[in-house]
Amino acid sequence: MPGTYLPSDYLPILVFLMVATAFGMGALLIGSILRLRRPYPEKLMPYESGNPPVGEPRQRFSVKFYIIAMLFVVFDVETVFLYPWAVVFDKIGLYAFIEMIIFIVILLVGYVYAWRKEAFKWD
Amino acid sequence: MLPELFFGYYAAMIVFLSVLVITRKNPVHSVMWMLLLFFHIAGLYLFLNAEFIAAIQVIVYAGAILVLFLFVVLLLNLREELQTAKFIRSWPAGLLISGGIIVAIISALRSFVLAPQGMHTIEFIKRETHTKALGTILYTEYLFPFEIASLVLLVAIIGAIVLAKKKTRS
Repeated sequence: MPGTYLPSDYLPILVFLMVATAFGMGALLIGSILRLRRPYPEKLMPYESGNPPVGEPRQRFSVKFYIIAMLFVVFDVETVFLYPWAVVFDKIGLYAFIEMIIFIVILLVGYVYAWRKEAFKWD
Repeated sequence: MLPELFFGYYAAMIVFLSVLVITRKNPVHSVMWMLLLFFHIAGLYLFLNAEFIAAIQVIVYAGAILVLFLFVVLLLNLREELQTAKFIRSWPAGLLISGGIIVAIISALRSFVLAPQGMHTIEFIKRETHTKALGTILYTEYLFPFEIASLVLLVAIIGAIVLAKKKTRS
């Protein structure tokens, strides 16, 4: 049931998160209170090596980034499955080894496919 | 008292942040609120005695899947997206459907009964550690779904490459 368990081991992480949030927000808040504000048009212009900026700041990303991100997600999830497997490996033994081999071989098919389709090449 | 308080905080924040995610006009802001949402979901998992799932929520969702979302947002033309009005104009229909779903959920709440306690109690998981308990059950009892997961991942790889590489070939 929710609300019956208190993960007290994670108290340091909670304290860390609170300190980090307070530090980040505090630094911005104190800066906004203390700093001078004397804007003029040249100061508000985006800095681009001294030249007046040309073109749109927002450009569409290449779809190549999407392939890289997708492949990263997939192999990230594969690694996640390896972690509990490694923890219980001594308990289950050969059986666990064979099932993980099957798992990795199936994903290896995808890896080879991505390689052959030149998904790892940038151009 | 304290666990209930934390649970209430996470539950309320998850609802609040979800509303923020779907109401922001700028998709990049939506994704940033979603990052905070993922961290709160991880906190909720922690309070449900599932620390491995909480860690995975941070590593996979907040780390990898959010980057994927961000890339997809940046792939689209942001300026066009900012100008488009709401997707669905007939809000009374949406209100009716969501109201109906809320009524269905609330009426189903009363028929919930607390099941007898299973094998994986809080004490058991504390003794065994959550990762070990999860691994034991995943690689013995739920072996088949685990192997299916690899096929799902394979489909994701092939699908991404087929979709993204289509234009360069023609």
